[in-house]
Amino acid sequence: MTFASATNAPQAPQVRPHDVLVVGAGGAGLRAAIEAKAAGADVGLVCKSLLGKAHTVMAEGGVAAALGHVAPTDSWQTHFRDTMVGGKLLNNPRMAELHATEAPDRVRELEFWGAAFDRTTDGRILQRPFGGHSHPRLAHVGDRTGLEMIRTLQDRAVAMGIVVYMECTISRLITSGAGVSGAVGYWRTTGQPIVFPARAVVLATGGIGKAYEITSNSWEYSGDGQALAYEAGAELIDMEFVQFHPTGMVWPPGVRGLLVTEAVRGEGGILRNNDGKRFMWDYLPEDRREEYAATDEEAATWVSALSESKQTDARRPPELSTRDNVARAIYTEVREGRGSPHGGVFLDISYLPPETVRRKLPSMYEQFKELADVDITTGPMEVGPTTHYVMGGIRVDAETGATRVAGLFAAGEVAGGMHGANRLGGNSLSDLLVFGARTGAAAAAHAAANGEAYVDPVQVRRATADLVAPLERTDGEDPYAIARDLQDTMQRLVGIFRVESDLDEALVQLAALRERWRSVRAIGDRTYNPGWHLVFEVDHLLTISEAITRSARWRTESRGAHSRLDFPGTDDEGWGRVNTLIVRGDDGTMTVSLMSLPDMTPELRALLGSSGH
Amino acid sequence: MADAHLRVFRGGPGEEDRFDEFDVPVEEGMVVLDALHWIQGHVAPDLAVRWNCKAAKCGSCSAEVDGRPSLTCKTRLSDFDLDQPITVEPMRAFPLIRDLVTDVSWNYEVNKTIAPFTPPTDVPQEDWRWQQQDIERVQEYRKCIECFLCQDVCHVLRNHETAKPFMGPRFLVRTAGLEMHPIDQADRREYLKHSGGIGYCNITKCCTEVCPEHIKITDNAIIPLKERVADKYYDPIQWVWSKVRGGGSGSSKAGVELPVLQGAPPADQAPD
Repeated sequence: MTFASATNAPQAPQVRPHDVLVVGAGGAGLRAAIEAKAAGADVGLVCKSLLGKAHTVMAEGGVAAALGHVAPTDSWQTHFRDTMVGGKLLNNPRMAELHATEAPDRVRELEFWGAAFDRTTDGRILQRPFGGHSHPRLAHVGDRTGLEMIRTLQDRAVAMGIVVYMECTISRLITSGAGVSGAVGYWRTTGQPIVFPARAVVLATGGIGKAYEITSNSWEYSGDGQALAYEAGAELIDMEFVQFHPTGMVWPPGVRGLLVTEAVRGEGGILRNNDGKRFMWDYLPEDRREEYAATDEEAATWVSALSESKQTDARRPPELSTRDNVARAIYTEVREGRGSPHGGVFLDISYLPPETVRRKLPSMYEQFKELADVDITTGPMEVGPTTHYVMGGIRVDAETGATRVAGLFAAGEVAGGMHGANRLGGNSLSDLLVFGARTGAAAAAHAAANGEAYVDPVQVRRATADLVAPLERTDGEDPYAIARDLQDTMQRLVGIFRVESDLDEALVQLAALRERWRSVRAIGDRTYNPGWHLVFEVDHLLTISEAITRSARWRTESRGAHSRLDFPGTDDEGWGRVNTLIVRGDDGTMTVSLMSLPDMTPELRALLGSSGH
Repeated sequence: MADAHLRVFRGGPGEEDRFDEFDVPVEEGMVVLDALHWIQGHVAPDLAVRWNCKAAKCGSCSAEVDGRPSLTCKTRLSDFDLDQPITVEPMRAFPLIRDLVTDVSWNYEVNKTIAPFTPPTDVPQEDWRWQQQDIERVQEYRKCIECFLCQDVCHVLRNHETAKPFMGPRFLVRTAGLEMHPIDQADRREYLKHSGGIGYCNITKCCTEVCPEHIKITDNAIIPLKERVADKYYDPIQWVWSKVRGGGSGSSKAGVELPVLQGAPPADQAPD
């Protein structure tokens, strides 16, 4: 690698054409790149960080697939049903069907590529229970499943010779009359602009967590793909549905929001308030209560059967309710004064033998010991909700991941539809494998069927000029200050519980932040300048924050992860039949509309059984 | 609470190398990376720091804190005497990009030279059965988060003993994870000996000491690999057997040459 001069003078961009350009090298991007390469396409894979550092690496608990190794009665049909019920039936049913039917093959494929999953006593891939899953379904490697997955995919991609552009950020998609024709970005290391002419572009950039102050997400999660697609004319759906994971660390301050895996509850972790009360009993939704244990004793029987790998008729503990429900319960306990000293609740796994805790939850054990001086084998953790995942995203075709912009595809968290109003734990890792593979294949086919990409020089020059503008300003605001104020606005006004007056106020504040952003100034030069990089991330965060807020204001009901204090009821007859849709209007303003849910085949509807409307 | 005093290495293309000093307000539980973020957000917005997860799971934020190769996201300020300055420098083994960020791309080039996982062709996947204890051995190697602190501390790489083409502890760990996988079929011993330079490791265990994942790099990865290589080349029975069999299966990539780790560490840069 060579490094360009450090001056801020205009630089001619590098040009690197590919058949398929994949943006993002987490699980979805890697899986898409592998599939496109296997289909014969020349693939370029671009990532903001070093290869192998993407957010997938932080996934802990497991990947959901109805392999039936632990519960032989599990099937794709029950996985489909759990996913739809968890998503409050707002999911795209065809995506949920493809996901449930193809996830087992995608997991076995990882094993074939070298992944070392934990084993059952008869030597097959072990599966663990998780919230909202009716059967033990999550293939896992202790509590570092994401690391195993990303390393396996990374090794596969390297072995296939896929070209990887590390520490390279895409700032703009290039379009022509025929659809998307490439992308413009810059090397983070040198600041040099780079143009990627491409016949097909796959967005796999992940989520939006950095719009919030308290989040389990890293700096990379700045809504890049959602914003790029929106600017290019694609639609965003379900953006009001942001998942607040129930258990993030709450102390010390520097790690507030850091994820505490749901596997703690999957292995038997109990939630208590400061009165010592196991409060989840009070928050189980009435229509699902029969799926959960009735007493502490029944829950304990379930946990000991699990740890001894035995079948049991005992039902699962109340802590394994869906994430939206557990997050609201914890938030409510804290708000009503029953929280822990640092503003969370207690999560206790210390009643299990210490060696079991260390073997099943090694990275949680380390994380609390090293960062919070807490030994989770001897005492409880303090936990509270943290922004974790966005169910909404770019609207895509279920089969191919295609957006409405020709040649533009999306897979993984950046795409919407699969998870409806609430995602089940473990379903994101399977999502990115299933739809990463499908999207990679479709992008390769699109590239093969289309001629060379025409890259409009006007758009390229405009995009590269936009890159240097913040460095050339001699006066202007600090991007860090705008980012902090944005995160404060979203955390306070568009959080777990929402109300119209807050959402209106948020829109006013977001507009003011956008004005401040227009004169943002980056100090320093182009070489690895994080303040300068933040300028473009804040741009994307402002766009998706507006989309989240407008969609949240539009949906006047409570459903899944979207809770309106002014509309606490769920309206199945009205809102239960529509997705919100965000598009960029002809005048450049953001507009919200509604779209009927995709049709569900009678066969799929029958699978929902009594849990339908 | 009192302030912490940080001395942070600054430097990059067209810039004079120096240490900048910052006073950072301390909160309970704060780590060095928190302090660096505070500096970025309040004093030096262009301070170059590489990081991602801030949870010791991605291995991005490696640097040298008071001379010790560390993940800055798990290095607690409370472990230091805050009356003294805390010095933060980039990893010395790799070429400098700017401030605390180094060019670690050499590692990715080395990785490409290792023969990938090679499953058997004669056992269908549905018949694969491995016991948990078999897989746990491999899982130790696969815990590696690629922070490259072991590469940074290894004297062969750190001192740029470029006459010794050496893959370094990280990639010996990766190779061990492949070689000891219950069903992997490739034989990487010739590669380890001739291309990877396993003989240059003289088992000082510095790599094991700095590993944030507590992988017993020397004892559990490097020494068993050295034994396997020794068996192949120096055990007379194995030698005869290999002549009879005509070599191991899949000894691919044996003849590859490692790329050369370029660049001197910033503090060692001689004036011209």
